[in-house]
Amino acid sequence: MSRTLYDKLVDAHKVCDLPDGDMLIYVDFHIMNEYTSPQAFSGLDTKGLDVWRPGAHLAVVDHVNATRSSEPHDAASKLLIDNLQANCTKHGIAFYGLGDPRQGIEHVVVPEQGLVVPGMLIACGDSHTTTYGAFGALGFGIGTSEVEHVLATQTLRYKRMKTMRVTINGDTAPGVTAKDIIMKVVQVVGAGGANGYAVEFAGSAIRGLDMAGRMTVCNMAVELGARAALIAADNITEKAIRGHPHSGQFAFKGESWVSDPEAVFDEEFTISGADIEPLITWGTSPDQSVPITANVPIASDYVSPKAKAALERSLQYMGLSEGQSAQSIKIDTAFIGSCTNSRIEDLREAAKILEGRQVAAGVEAIVVPGSAMTRIKAEAEGLRAIFEAAGFEWRPEAGCSMCLAMNDDIAMDGERVVSSTNRNFEGRQGRGARTHLMSPAMVAAAAVAGHLADVRDFKRKTIK
Amino acid sequence: MTKMIKGIAAPLPLANVDTDVVMPKRFLITITREGLGDGTFADLRFDSTGQQRPDFILNNAPWAQATILVVGDNFGCGSSREHAVWGMRQLGIEACIGTGFAGIFYDNARKNGLALPIVSPEMRDALLQFASNANGAEISIDLDTRKIGAGAMSVPFEMDDATRTSLIRGRDDTLDSLEHADAIREFEAGLDDSMRVSVSK
Repeated sequence: MSRTLYDKLVDAHKVCDLPDGDMLIYVDFHIMNEYTSPQAFSGLDTKGLDVWRPGAHLAVVDHVNATRSSEPHDAASKLLIDNLQANCTKHGIAFYGLGDPRQGIEHVVVPEQGLVVPGMLIACGDSHTTTYGAFGALGFGIGTSEVEHVLATQTLRYKRMKTMRVTINGDTAPGVTAKDIIMKVVQVVGAGGANGYAVEFAGSAIRGLDMAGRMTVCNMAVELGARAALIAADNITEKAIRGHPHSGQFAFKGESWVSDPEAVFDEEFTISGADIEPLITWGTSPDQSVPITANVPIASDYVSPKAKAALERSLQYMGLSEGQSAQSIKIDTAFIGSCTNSRIEDLREAAKILEGRQVAAGVEAIVVPGSAMTRIKAEAEGLRAIFEAAGFEWRPEAGCSMCLAMNDDIAMDGERVVSSTNRNFEGRQGRGARTHLMSPAMVAAAAVAGHLADVRDFKRKTIK
Repeated sequence: MTKMIKGIAAPLPLANVDTDVVMPKRFLITITREGLGDGTFADLRFDSTGQQRPDFILNNAPWAQATILVVGDNFGCGSSREHAVWGMRQLGIEACIGTGFAGIFYDNARKNGLALPIVSPEMRDALLQFASNANGAEISIDLDTRKIGAGAMSVPFEMDDATRTSLIRGRDDTLDSLEHADAIREFEAGLDDSMRVSVSK
């Protein structure tokens, strides 16, 4: 019987069936951060439970910490950070805290530590855990009650999802990145279009991506509602899992972690790579995007009164007029960072645009490398010098920072931010803040232009 | 044991209400589950000076007493933060009726006794209309028969069996799952050594 990669992963981790259609699945590896885990640990304490298998967990500080310095910026964030450290010490769990050379955004740290290989099941109290699907691993986000459940049992209660395959055929044009591919998928499938589905990405445009690009695609799959994202393991995967601190623990069994050729998916979407342009979001949901060469929609583009009302509300929040050209949108702030786009490959792409250029007057530009290791590597490659010469502020510490503004990087009411992040929700980057999502290179281009700009109009410099 | 949820329903027709909107991040800097009621829908309920926004449905009678929300598509998308569900429960919300919910939010709701009945788009729109009645439209949700009663309407809803059982019984999943400790140990003994994680401290 032909099976999808998703079904193989679920089958391989099933511990036992439970009444009413649930099952217990085994979690190979569990990651925690400081803001979705405290109540899980206190739940263990209340119930008098121990951690089932302490060596299978990693805790990383990333969401609330300042990235301007390795000291917490206020007492509340310090409380969360200290609480996580104390819980890890008590239960014998690995903790990568501030100042640790391995610290960074959890989904950047895990691959660079070599802690993900094809065939694993990985859970984390963070919705962007879908990232690990890039390796042919089943990764998904969980709530705090489930964090407690994994800590106490090394399992989760699980219901099998439906399966969807999204195939991106053919090549993409120069200037089109992995970020544009996944933003296109979100636009086509819709913000909730994959609720209840595990989504496998296939096709030559996906196979052609490096591991950083595949991670960007799987990371943002949650923005279409996917509870899991997957890309079949191949020789790119095999190369990517070698040479990291934990790599010696694992064998590569990539041939096992692909969908069978005859496997049937519950839902299929096909997109032509040639139809994808560099995209920007204009609204307050990640599926509200247009090509950089296009205009913001107008009410008559929509039929239903609900859609017209949604357009009106988004435009009002975003401070835009219907039909306005994307490139006429002036910006206040440029932010490069987040678990979606802060890896060394992302920084290199942005630096190619910035070399020999200057951030426009009046634009504040910030780059927060995804991890301490990424930052050190980027500095050694000369990327920091390029960013700083262009007028970007290069942050000395790693974290989520302005992606969700849980630290002191909070955009002001009405401030317009071009952002290499994953969510343009109302209030995401600060109360009243206006977010435009795009690729890191497009953020760099907008920072230089002072308005949304087409990266293809910038002649790329080659870094020596 | 809760089989029947009854109360005033408020219409919240916005699509894609994400958990950043349900629980803005400034309320997340906490190590407890408590004190989140005020943060729930904070930017919709209050203006930047802390005054109630008169145009927000839950600030107006009779909906200020609502225990049920009828919501737009894809409610609860975005961040995994369970704080969103804790806060809604602390605000007194017992159920959200919608056409579909984001997966993590759906699972978080089950763990905290928040029922999420799923109905067709047509029925959701009819219930939105019903809930807009300023005389206080009461809705009943019968988990046993999977039917919503709203005036003369009787609307069937979807809810998977495990979620329904969990809501009715109100059990602790962690403790229940530990009854399968032997099965977990047996599975663990058969783990492939080349997949066994041991994180360096």
